[in-house]
Amino acid sequence: MAKILLDRLKEQFGDDVIATSSFRGDEVAEVKPGAWKDAARFLRDDSSCQCDYFVDLSAVDNLGCAEAEKGRFEVYVIVHSLGRKHRVRLITRVDGNEPILDSLVDVYSGANWQERECYDMFGIRFRGHPDLRRILLYEEFQGHPLRKDYAANKSQPLVPYRDGTFDKLGPFLADEGMPFNRSPSRDIPGDR
Amino acid sequence: MGNVAAVQGGSSGFFTTTFDALLGWARKYSLFQYPFATACCGMEFFATAGPKYDLARFGAEAPRFSPRQSDVLWVVGTISQRQAPVLKRIYEQMLEPKWVIAFGTCASCGGFYDNYATVPGIDKIIPCDVYVPGCPPRPEAVLDGLMLLMDKIGRGDRTPAMVKNTALPEGAGEHLERLYQLRMKETT
Amino acid sequence: MEPIEANFAESELELPSEPVGLNMGPSHPAMHGTIRMVLKLDGETVVGVDVQPGYLHRGQEKMGERGTWQQFFPYTDRLNYVSPMLNNVGYAMAVEKLLGIAVPRKAQILRVIHGELSRITDHLTSNGAVAMELGAMTPFLWFLKVREWIWEVQEAETGARMTHSYLRIGGTAHPPTPNFVGTVRGLMPRVLDTVREVEALLLRNRIFLDRTQGVGCLDRKLAASMGASGPVLRSAGVDYDVRKDKPYLTYGEVDFDVPVGTDGDNYDRFMVRLEEIRQSVRIILQSCDLLEKIEPGSPDDAVGVDDARITMPDKHAVYTTIEGTIRHFKLVMEGIQVPAGEIYQYTEGGNGELGFFLASRGGGNPWRIRVRGPCFFSLQCCAPMITHGMIGDIVPTFGSINMIGGECDR
Repeated sequence: MAKILLDRLKEQFGDDVIATSSFRGDEVAEVKPGAWKDAARFLRDDSSCQCDYFVDLSAVDNLGCAEAEKGRFEVYVIVHSLGRKHRVRLITRVDGNEPILDSLVDVYSGANWQERECYDMFGIRFRGHPDLRRILLYEEFQGHPLRKDYAANKSQPLVPYRDGTFDKLGPFLADEGMPFNRSPSRDIPGDR
Repeated sequence: MGNVAAVQGGSSGFFTTTFDALLGWARKYSLFQYPFATACCGMEFFATAGPKYDLARFGAEAPRFSPRQSDVLWVVGTISQRQAPVLKRIYEQMLEPKWVIAFGTCASCGGFYDNYATVPGIDKIIPCDVYVPGCPPRPEAVLDGLMLLMDKIGRGDRTPAMVKNTALPEGAGEHLERLYQLRMKETT
Repeated sequence: MEPIEANFAESELELPSEPVGLNMGPSHPAMHGTIRMVLKLDGETVVGVDVQPGYLHRGQEKMGERGTWQQFFPYTDRLNYVSPMLNNVGYAMAVEKLLGIAVPRKAQILRVIHGELSRITDHLTSNGAVAMELGAMTPFLWFLKVREWIWEVQEAETGARMTHSYLRIGGTAHPPTPNFVGTVRGLMPRVLDTVREVEALLLRNRIFLDRTQGVGCLDRKLAASMGASGPVLRSAGVDYDVRKDKPYLTYGEVDFDVPVGTDGDNYDRFMVRLEEIRQSVRIILQSCDLLEKIEPGSPDDAVGVDDARITMPDKHAVYTTIEGTIRHFKLVMEGIQVPAGEIYQYTEGGNGELGFFLASRGGGNPWRIRVRGPCFFSLQCCAPMITHGMIGDIVPTFGSINMIGGECDR
């Protein structure tokens, strides 16, 4: 349905487009991080693409699975064309503990808060973002919760808990109860 | 005069004079609420205050969005760690005597958000008088909690309490069965 | 005494002024509980605003990674909690897209009917809240009355008034009750009557019109670039509705219109939602007809896909046969085994394009569930809408976006 977008991206960017695929009807194009902003701008401005509608921007942390060899974080952006009714998902991979990627705020204004959320949840910084600060969590929070090495129940209370109360009430105390994660193969450090 | 300390959150104070009992009666039927609504329970809160399950018949209808003017802090919905200082400040700004109702499971114990973002129950930050469990609690459960709170205010009791399932009264089983058959038959 | 000439510029005054900072929220009646707006004011005019969401961040996406695929359904109910079935539909369809399965026709029609009932409750709550914040208490209470009727129907069907969790991957949890269609058909005219009564109250009221028309205007290009969708985008004049653009379930077989506004102001958003209630009623009535046409006993008549690896067995089989027990055990303990891959599936939620990006690395546990909540994007548009308006205009503008904390902050 949106093959034309993949073809135009390959024509324009050549080697910067690492792979394209189509899975269950979703067209995906993977680009190198250096071409991230140019590819998004091309998708918006090119007359046969005309992707003027910003759908979503987020990331996936691949720590602990085979995909991490290509880059720990996979950042995607989905853009849609209201006139031509086609959409594409553009992905790129960034690596390291403090990954950095170009910001798409100049191309799509909706990317502003989405990039702040990626920074908040994953720690991915965006070059050129006007106001990169936490959006869903508070400034005093340390760490990035959606990373796989952040334990889900590690809380950082802003208001200290009152005396006489403890972190988990009965019937399950801190060392009791069944862990949520059923698959034994996934061993996340620090997780219960 | 009665034991004034008992009114202000003593561990198990009870009113001892008629004057305090009168004061308790007056307070319980004229509660001004501060609906600290955050999440889904807010919808059930609207429903409880709405025309079908009416809060006004308990005298507890008037919402006052200023903590200085309200008696009961209805903590409705999940309190996240970021919202906790706000809740604590609102509670501290309220004037005595004040009571707190934890509306819903998230306010009572954190609900199923057992993670970094949620305060596991508001009693970790402020003292709570009545817990109404449910996700969200039915309006009948909320009214049960309100009546429990009113009863406690009337007696001057500050021990925390929780709304529990009550046993059905005699004959209720057959009545419910008849209603069910009627519902299954009706074709509106 | 001569009157003071009031037409000199602020900068010519002897005492120059600075903008005043005012904090609205996060516990504020008009902020729907959880948004904080730090305003910079020049008198009553807003010259700058910093909208701060996140006070209801509950870590739902992280919780999704800790269970199985089916265990995420209760979390979806609590996303857009005024239209819970629509979120259930979105998530169920996303997992089914990853699995590559098709859901039986009866389940599809049930999903459409329940989804549209939820859409009606969403718009009733939103419009009622806007009216209430402008001072009109009565429409809010009348809409609550109608919402109670709809919730009664949904409670009889799903077991819960609000957080239904009625859907399962591959269909619905259980078949509908015998008089479902009759009750719903009887309810729809009463819904329309109440909507008509509220229109009679509000739409010729000078105060209502002055406070909503021309206030909170949103430009269509900015809206598209921001990613706004649903009534916010359609009121700005962009005809984008997922149900028409990319029909899913049985939306392609029913006949309905999509109301589109012109100015992008509060009045247009209010009217778009009111009109969408009428269109939802049309969809429901037509879907009831489609439901009745299904042959009992045919493959279309099932409410779950006929695959032992996806649908839970019925309780009798679980307690009497060994196969049923094992199937139940595997589905509950290990989860539905979803093949590896990443997809993005989107449906029309109450506020716009509700999308789920699911990443699976095989197995019964999700690797990443991302919820594209439409109000997060609509809230981003709030800042340009209220800048250069007055403080009093913030209230209807913010209300007409229908910011639902669960979906915005997740």
